[in-house]
Amino acid sequence: MTPPDRFARLPRLLAADADLMRRGHWLTVECRIDIGAEPFFLSISAGAIANLDRGLRLMRSTAFTFRAAEEAWARYWEPIPKPGWHDLFALTKRGAASMEGDLRPLLQNLQYFKDLLALPRLAQGA
Amino acid sequence: MAPKLDPMIGRYLRTEIGGVPHRLYFEEAGQGIPLVCLHTAGADNRQYRHLLADPEITRRFRVLAFDLPWHGKSTPPDGWEREEYRLTTESYTAAIRAFCASLELDKPVVMGCSIGGRIVLNLAIAHAAEFRALIALEAADFQQPWYDTAWLHRPDVHGGEVCAALISGLIAPHSPPVSRHETLWMYMQGGPGVFKGDLYFYRVDGDLRERVKAIDTRRCPLYLLTGEYDFSCTPEDTLRTAEQIPGVEVQIMKELGHFPMSENPAKFREYILPVLEKIASGP
Repeated sequence: MTPPDRFARLPRLLAADADLMRRGHWLTVECRIDIGAEPFFLSISAGAIANLDRGLRLMRSTAFTFRAAEEAWARYWEPIPKPGWHDLFALTKRGAASMEGDLRPLLQNLQYFKDLLALPRLAQGA
Repeated sequence: MAPKLDPMIGRYLRTEIGGVPHRLYFEEAGQGIPLVCLHTAGADNRQYRHLLADPEITRRFRVLAFDLPWHGKSTPPDGWEREEYRLTTESYTAAIRAFCASLELDKPVVMGCSIGGRIVLNLAIAHAAEFRALIALEAADFQQPWYDTAWLHRPDVHGGEVCAALISGLIAPHSPPVSRHETLWMYMQGGPGVFKGDLYFYRVDGDLRERVKAIDTRRCPLYLLTGEYDFSCTPEDTLRTAEQIPGVEVQIMKELGHFPMSENPAKFREYILPVLEKIASGP
């Protein structure tokens, strides 16, 4: 399974995590997550994923973007990631990921986003 | 049935730091060589509760862990509401020396983590004769910043939650969930702007590049221990620092991150017990 394919499972993974949705219940935002060259447009409503669009959408506006190379995501999603690949900020510090846009909703809900973007760790194998 | 009590006792110490009256909270347990423990930025002495309750340590060491002013149960100085809190090399060093002097500790060992590790390096540079040995956890002469501290103290972002969420990535994935979340809980409880103020020392005022070359480990032994999952003070940062200090003992700790004593007390014990053994059996 490619990293984009794993990320495409995010709605099902979050739907199975009632606690994470509870922690995000104040959050409603549009954001973009790039898995290598493939963009995903994520619509979050009250902590749940209202919509996940895979692939480029011309002129789609989002609050912020978080992007990393496929290799970075693959290493980040290992069951026990290696040192330096185990956190979103470990990735940005080493130059393997970046963030841009209005980071306020990200920082206001940082643990939620860290846990959300780590969910594909649970989607191993085929 | 007898109550189940942890062995440490908590007290408040009245002392002056830089001529300003302070009321410092500390906990202690054990007897023997004084071992003063310094918590990380934005946290408090609870990070050392497992050391304070470890009979293997407290049978030979009088372990003392104090909350820096503004942290934990140490109150900020009178008039705190009229200033922006900023820890400096000078004020941090003064607080440690005031604590040790007020309690009349005879050549204590000082062990600090993160900012506590950095200031331990400064103690080694400037005050080595006052200490029996120094232990710097997650320490280096300088580290590359990895986020903008402006996010730590502003009304539209919950300070406690953003501080905890930021540092959560510095905990090794192997650490037990209970210990991970206890470590995060302490960060969630910091006063507004305190973590940010501590990082002023870390990022702006406490750059020790070049200065660590002045450390003489013959006057006071120095131990550096850093967790492999610490991407704030990386193993490379610590090893680079160690290369400049002849005689320093350095170790990279497997399966540990930036908060070894609280994120995985059992694993940290494997590393710190031999160091303390060496210090206890030394001259």
